[in-house]
Amino acid sequence: MLRYLLGRFWQSLVLLLLVSVIGFAVLNLAPGGPLSQFTLTPGMTQADLDRIATQMGLNRPLPVQYLDWLGHLLRGDWGRSFRDGRPVLDIIWGHLLATLLLMGVSTAIAIFVGTCVGVLGALKRYSIFDYAATVGAMVALSIPTFWFGLIAIYIFSLRLRWLPAGNMYTIGDGSLGDYAIHLIMPSIVLALVNIAVWSRYMRTATLDVINQDFVRTARAKGLRPRRVLIRHILGNALLPMITLLGLQLPTILGGALVTETVFTWPGMGRLFLDSLGYSDYPVVMGLLMMSAVLVLVGNLAADLAVAFVDPRIRLS
Amino acid sequence: MSQSELLVPARSTQPWWRSRTVRRFARHRLAMFGLAMIIVLVLACVIGPFLLPFDDLYIDLRGRFSPPFTGYHFFGTDPLGRDIAARLLMAGRISLLVGFAAMLLSIVFGTVLGIVAGFFGGRIGTVLMRFVDAMLSFPNIFLLLAMAAFIKPSPTMITLIIAATSWMEIARIVEAEVRSLRERDFVVAARMLGLSNSHIMFRELLPNAIGPIIVAATLTVARAILLEAYVSFLGYGIQPPLPSWGNMLNGAQQYLDSAPWLAIVPGAAITLAVTSFNFVGDGLRDALDARSDLL
Repeated sequence: MLRYLLGRFWQSLVLLLLVSVIGFAVLNLAPGGPLSQFTLTPGMTQADLDRIATQMGLNRPLPVQYLDWLGHLLRGDWGRSFRDGRPVLDIIWGHLLATLLLMGVSTAIAIFVGTCVGVLGALKRYSIFDYAATVGAMVALSIPTFWFGLIAIYIFSLRLRWLPAGNMYTIGDGSLGDYAIHLIMPSIVLALVNIAVWSRYMRTATLDVINQDFVRTARAKGLRPRRVLIRHILGNALLPMITLLGLQLPTILGGALVTETVFTWPGMGRLFLDSLGYSDYPVVMGLLMMSAVLVLVGNLAADLAVAFVDPRIRLS
Repeated sequence: MSQSELLVPARSTQPWWRSRTVRRFARHRLAMFGLAMIIVLVLACVIGPFLLPFDDLYIDLRGRFSPPFTGYHFFGTDPLGRDIAARLLMAGRISLLVGFAAMLLSIVFGTVLGIVAGFFGGRIGTVLMRFVDAMLSFPNIFLLLAMAAFIKPSPTMITLIIAATSWMEIARIVEAEVRSLRERDFVVAARMLGLSNSHIMFRELLPNAIGPIIVAATLTVARAILLEAYVSFLGYGIQPPLPSWGNMLNGAQQYLDSAPWLAIVPGAAITLAVTSFNFVGDGLRDALDARSDLL
């Protein structure tokens, strides 16, 4: 078990290093490089540009620059925003919680609905419900998240006036109920794609389990069907789903970016787009790295969770 | 007779369009629906603009925000009075073209990388696949937007960066496939005949891994169309006045209350196109999976 944990941890570290190389490359291999935004300033001469390059250490060899950048990253110095001079990491922390709240609620919805749909589809295989769920999942995977969000706003905010069209809370209110009402639409919109993915995998996983000997034994010894379903079938079918949750993280995070934009949700995605609009590259780079770190940590956590839950891995 | 001809398997005598795979595909109703929709969409985008009485760039400020079915404006007009149907079809040309081109690029790159990684394995394979893992750690849209913000967006550049962020899954699929084929008899035989590595990789392994690649290609078109829509919707993709399905939605949110058709029409086109490609991909997956014959 310890060896497995260490091995997995080591792999994540290597990946993190590779991720940092890619992030650095995206920043530096772009035409014009990090200096490109200064060239737009009126009255900027080549001498000024050279001085800035020297100040920022941009005339050193790329590998040296990379190691320097990485060193600062590891010490928690992610640079300062071009916009207001605040440390990048502080700005990101300020938006991280809103994104995690949206992702958490949305993922919970997706897991619950996806599990129900997937298990029902597997139990009533080839029924009308199963067929409709299959087609529905394919369509759900094809709808652009932002368009689904716009349609939801049009129906539930503009026509029916049931739900707020955006933001995280009403200014001056901010009670728990107020937050909840603002969460409903964005979290469901974000959940749609994951409900589709989750229900497909859940259906397959349930079908895999349902025909195994221990399920037949459980039924044969006269257990109530509900107990067989919950303890024997669901317990085993949900196990591979933990890994899937880790693998889906990039999709959920990317979807959150789009959802936050449509619903003016003050999270990382909004911050990312705002920063792009201001050419605030330190924040853009910080968010790019932070999103990859979140994905890697999430994957590691999922694998560890599986290892703790599944005795087959725990004991090997 | 050259050595490699000895290895050519007996060819089946029936034409390809009557093969089992094609018949299985033709029985897949959703896939046939998807294929029909794709053909209709492509034809409409290629021919349609010539048949409509409006130019997609013609601005008519007196006819702004006409709702659908005003005169010959079947889908209404936009904030500048341009005909939405005409723009939709021109946008379709660009969106579909970007989708196809991005798919071709990522298939070529992903397949070559996957074959090399799977065939050589060992240290080369590990390094290449860890690179794939690292690329997959970034949420697609974050990487795409970060790249798009640094460059001057043109349809070519957008295609390139979409391809740059969507080849990884194909590489993974091909690598796994090649790794499982590597020790099979026909590869061992080819090695013993002294055929070159590149011959084995691209003449022996590639044809045998083609099924999953075709499926991945179809699904990649769907994904590329979606990605283009996302970046263009967010304002970093195809730039106006050039229309794309994504950038037609770009300003639609502020008019959602007064002119909802601005948002509904292009989004429906995206959904239709992407769903169709996904249906076809699903049908191909079922048809190419030989095991489904036994069921």
